[in-house]
Amino acid sequence: MIGNELEGVNKEVYKTDWQWQEGEYTVTRTNMWTAPGCHNGCSVLYYTKDGKVEKIEGDPLSPYNQGRLCMRCLDYCETANHPDRLKYPLKRVGERGENKWERISWDEAYDTIVEHVRDIQENFGPECIVSMQGTGRNICWQTPYLSYSAFNSPNFVLGFLSGDACYLPRTTIGHCFMGDFMVADISQHLERRFNDPEYKLPEYILIVGNNPLVSNGDGFFGHWIVDAMKEGTKLIVLDPSATWLATKAEHWLRVRPGTDAAVILAMLNVIINEDLYDHDFVENWCYGFEELTERVQEYPPEKAAKIAWIEPEQIVEAARAFAKADPAAIQWGLKVDQTVCGIPLAHGLLSMAAICGDIDVPGGCMIPRCAYDISDSYGCGLWNVSDEMMQKMLGVETSPLHALGFDPTANGDTVLQAIETDEPYPIKMLFIQSTNPIANMAADAPRVYNAMRKVPFNVVVDVFMTPTAVACADIILPCGMSSERNSGRVWWWPLRSIVKVNEYYECKSDEQIILELGKRLEPELFPWEDDVELMSWWIQSGNRFHAGWPAKTDETFDELKEKVIDWPNDWAYKKYEKGMLRDDGEPGFNTNSGKCELYLTLFEAWGFDPLPYYEEPPESPISTPELFEEYPLVLTTGARTWEYFHSEERQVPRLRESHPDPLTDLHPDLAAELGVVAGDWVWVENMRGKCKQRVRINASLHPKVVRSEHGWWFPEREAAEPTLFGVFDSNINNLTVQGVTGPTLYGAPYANQICKVYPVTAENDASMSEVITTKGGN
Amino acid sequence: MAADEKYGILIDYEWCTGCHSCEMACKVELGLKEGEGYGIKLHEDGPTLMPNGKYEYLYLPIPTSLCDLCAARTEMGKLPTCVHHCQAACMTYGKVSELAEKAAAKPKQCLFVPC
Ligand code: SF4
Ligand code: SF4
Ligand code: SF4
Repeated sequence: MIGNELEGVNKEVYKTDWQWQEGEYTVTRTNMWTAPGCHNGCSVLYYTKDGKVEKIEGDPLSPYNQGRLCMRCLDYCETANHPDRLKYPLKRVGERGENKWERISWDEAYDTIVEHVRDIQENFGPECIVSMQGTGRNICWQTPYLSYSAFNSPNFVLGFLSGDACYLPRTTIGHCFMGDFMVADISQHLERRFNDPEYKLPEYILIVGNNPLVSNGDGFFGHWIVDAMKEGTKLIVLDPSATWLATKAEHWLRVRPGTDAAVILAMLNVIINEDLYDHDFVENWCYGFEELTERVQEYPPEKAAKIAWIEPEQIVEAARAFAKADPAAIQWGLKVDQTVCGIPLAHGLLSMAAICGDIDVPGGCMIPRCAYDISDSYGCGLWNVSDEMMQKMLGVETSPLHALGFDPTANGDTVLQAIETDEPYPIKMLFIQSTNPIANMAADAPRVYNAMRKVPFNVVVDVFMTPTAVACADIILPCGMSSERNSGRVWWWPLRSIVKVNEYYECKSDEQIILELGKRLEPELFPWEDDVELMSWWIQSGNRFHAGWPAKTDETFDELKEKVIDWPNDWAYKKYEKGMLRDDGEPGFNTNSGKCELYLTLFEAWGFDPLPYYEEPPESPISTPELFEEYPLVLTTGARTWEYFHSEERQVPRLRESHPDPLTDLHPDLAAELGVVAGDWVWVENMRGKCKQRVRINASLHPKVVRSEHGWWFPEREAAEPTLFGVFDSNINNLTVQGVTGPTLYGAPYANQICKVYPVTAENDASMSEVITTKGGN
Repeated sequence: MAADEKYGILIDYEWCTGCHSCEMACKVELGLKEGEGYGIKLHEDGPTLMPNGKYEYLYLPIPTSLCDLCAARTEMGKLPTCVHHCQAACMTYGKVSELAEKAAAKPKQCLFVPC
C-alpha cells in the first residue's frame, strides 16, 4: 500500500505546492517537529486564518507518513492555544519553588544571561556552564551549538540521563562495531517506498526493547511495521508484556526485564552451532568470528531461558526463524540501552545482523546517515571547542569512549556528581532547553531535584511551566511550537522543511533563541542575520564528520521550503562494497579492521570486554536474593502511551481525558494476592523511594513482573512547593538509581529494578512531593 | 449521490492497533471538547490468553450517534478524517454495497453504517 503515487488521494484538494489557498484558509504543506516532542517528523498541512493555525491534517502526499497522524499532532491546536502556555520571558521574583515571576523583555532576559555567562567564564571557566536538553525535541544540534560556540563549554549533556541510557549506547557501539548505526529498513529512504524495484520486504523483523507503534523511536514511524505486516512480514518480539505487536508475532519471547542480552547470545549460539549464518559475509566482512563462536558457547539456550524466565525452545525457534529469513531486520529501541549491559546487548544484536548477512541489504538492517550529511547531532559546533577545553568535558576521565568523542556529550552521572561535590569543578549555571528532568529522565529524581537547586543560576527554555522550572529556574524563556518556527528535520532521510506559519505572543523558536543569545556572546560564530539564514547554514553543514557519503548540498532554506520534502539522490545499499562508508574511499566499514568487528579491537585496547556478554541487573532475584525477598517483584518502567511524549501534554484536556492517571500493570494473580482491582491506587516502592499509581490488569505479564508508567506530573495541581505540581507523587524515578552503569559508563538499569506493591490506604496515604520538597529530597 | 446509495466505514480490525487517532481526529472535526463525548469510540479486548496458548489483543472503534460520516469533508472531496488519519490504514470509506463486497473478501472486518 505505501507507494507515493497514493491511490485515492484527491489531487484537487491535496496539492504538491508548498502553499495554496482553500476558501478562507491558507494551506501550508510542511513538516512537524516540536513541540509536540517526538522522534518523528511527520508531514502536515496547516490551515491558517488571521495568523492562527485553525486546523491541521496529515499530508496524504507524503511518502513518510502518507497522511497519518498520531493523537498529539491531531490535537495540535488545543495544545498550541492552551491558556497555560508560556507567553513572555520571566524572571524569578520569589524564592525558588515559590512560583513567583515577573514578566521581562527579551532584552532584559538576554542581558541577564550574558552577564552571568561572562562572570562565570571569567571567574570560574566556561566549563562551569552546563547545557542540557531532553530527547525528541528539535534542539539536537541547536543546544550543542550554543554550548560549544557561545558558552565555550564542552559540557552539553542529555539532562541527567544516567548511563546516557537512551540511544547513545547503541550509536556508540555501532561506531565501534562498524563505524555506523543500523536501522530496520522499511523502505523509508526510498521516495517510492514499497514500489521501488530495489526494495525487498523483510521476511522477519526482530523487535527488541521497544513497542514501536507507540514509541516511534529514533525517527522510525512505528506503523511502517504494520504496513510491512500487511504484505507478509513476520515478527519476533522480545517484550515482558504482550503488546499488540507481540500478540501478532510468530515468536513472542516474554523475557524478564533486563535479560535480553542472555537471549540474544543464546540465539547467536544456535545460529552459529547450527551453521545458519552467512558464510560469505562472515568471511569477507566480519572480524573475530572465532572469538565470537567461542564466547557464545557460554550461552546455551537452556541457560539463557532459565535466566530470562522463558523456554529454551522459544529461543531456538526464534533464532532459526531470524537466521533463515532473507532478509531480516532488527527494530531495536530504548530498552536495549536501559540495562547495565546495554552496550553488550547492542553488540550482540549488531553481531546477529552481521553474521546473518543482513547488514545494509534492502529490507534488512540498513546503515543510515543524515541526508546531505547534515550536522544534526550533538556534535554540532564541536569544532569551535579547543582541545584543551575538550579535556574538561565531564565524563572524559572515566571512560575512553567519552574521551575519544564517540557521541560527544558529557555524562549525566558525572555532571550530577560535579554539582553535588564541586569536583572536578563547581557547576555555576544550567541552561535547560526543553527538558524537565525531575519529571522525567533523571533517575533518582529527588536527588537530582536537590542538585539542580544547588546550582546558582539556571535558565529554562520551554513551552509550558514545568516542575523543573518552578523548582530551580531563575530565568524562563518561552519557546515556540512547531508551527511557530523555521527549521528542518533530517533524522535520517529525507530532508524535510519546518516552516513558520504563525506567532504566539512573544514566543521565539529555539533557533532564534540560540542565534540571538549567541550573537551577544560570540558574534563571529553566529554570523547569520536571522533564523532563515541560520537554517540555510545548517542544511549546508554536511561533510564535517564524514568525507564521502552522503554528499553535502548547497540548498537554501527557501528552496527546501518549496520542495517540502527533499530526497537526495545518493542513497544506496551495500555501501561497504562501494567505498561509501570510509573516509579513505576504500570498500569496507569505517573501523580499524575495515570489517564488522564481532571482536572489538577498540574495546580490547581500552581494556573492556571485546565480545558481547550478559550481566545480571544489579538488583534482581539473582543478584540480590535477600533484597528480593523484601522487594519480590521485578519492575520495568517507561512503556510509552499514545497520548504523551514522556512528561509532555498532561495539561492538554483531550489527551488527558484519554489517559487521566498514571498506570501500573499487574498480573491478575498478583492483583488478587494484593487485594486490589483495576483502578485502585497502589504504592510501588523499593529501597530508594516510592510513588503511587493506579492498577491496570495485564494478564500477559509474568506474575512477578510489574510495569509502571513514567513522566507523570499534574499541571492541575498547585505549582508552588510543597506541591510542585505533584511531581514526585507518581514519579517512578523516585525508585530508580543514578550512577550505576556499565563499565563503559553507558547503559543504566532504568527498566530492570525490583519493587514491592501494596494498596494505598487512608492511613498510609501521603504526598511524596510534599515529603521530598520539605525534607529537601530523599 | 442517489438517495439510496448509503455510505459507510469498513474497519479491518485485524490491523487496528488501538492508536486512538480515529477518536481524536473525529473529536477535533466535530468540535467535541474534553467530556463532550466521541463521534467514534475505541473499544479494547485483551491481551487475552486463548485456549491455543496464544494471546489475542483486539481493538475496534465504533462510530456513535454523533457521526455524520464527515459530511462537510466528503462534500469537498476529502475522506472522513478518521479514515484519513488512521495510523494502521485499516479504515475504508465508501458505498455500503462496495464495502460489503470487500468485507466478504477478507475475514476480521466490520462494516458500520452510522447514518
Ligand atoms: S509521530 Fe505523532 S507527534 Fe510525532 S510528528 Fe508524527 S503525528 Fe506528530
Ligand atoms: S466519519 Fe464519523 S466517526 Fe469518522 S471522523 Fe467523521 S464523524 Fe467521526
Ligand atoms: S485510527 Fe485506525 S488503528 Fe488507530 S484506533 Fe482507529 S481504527 Fe484503530
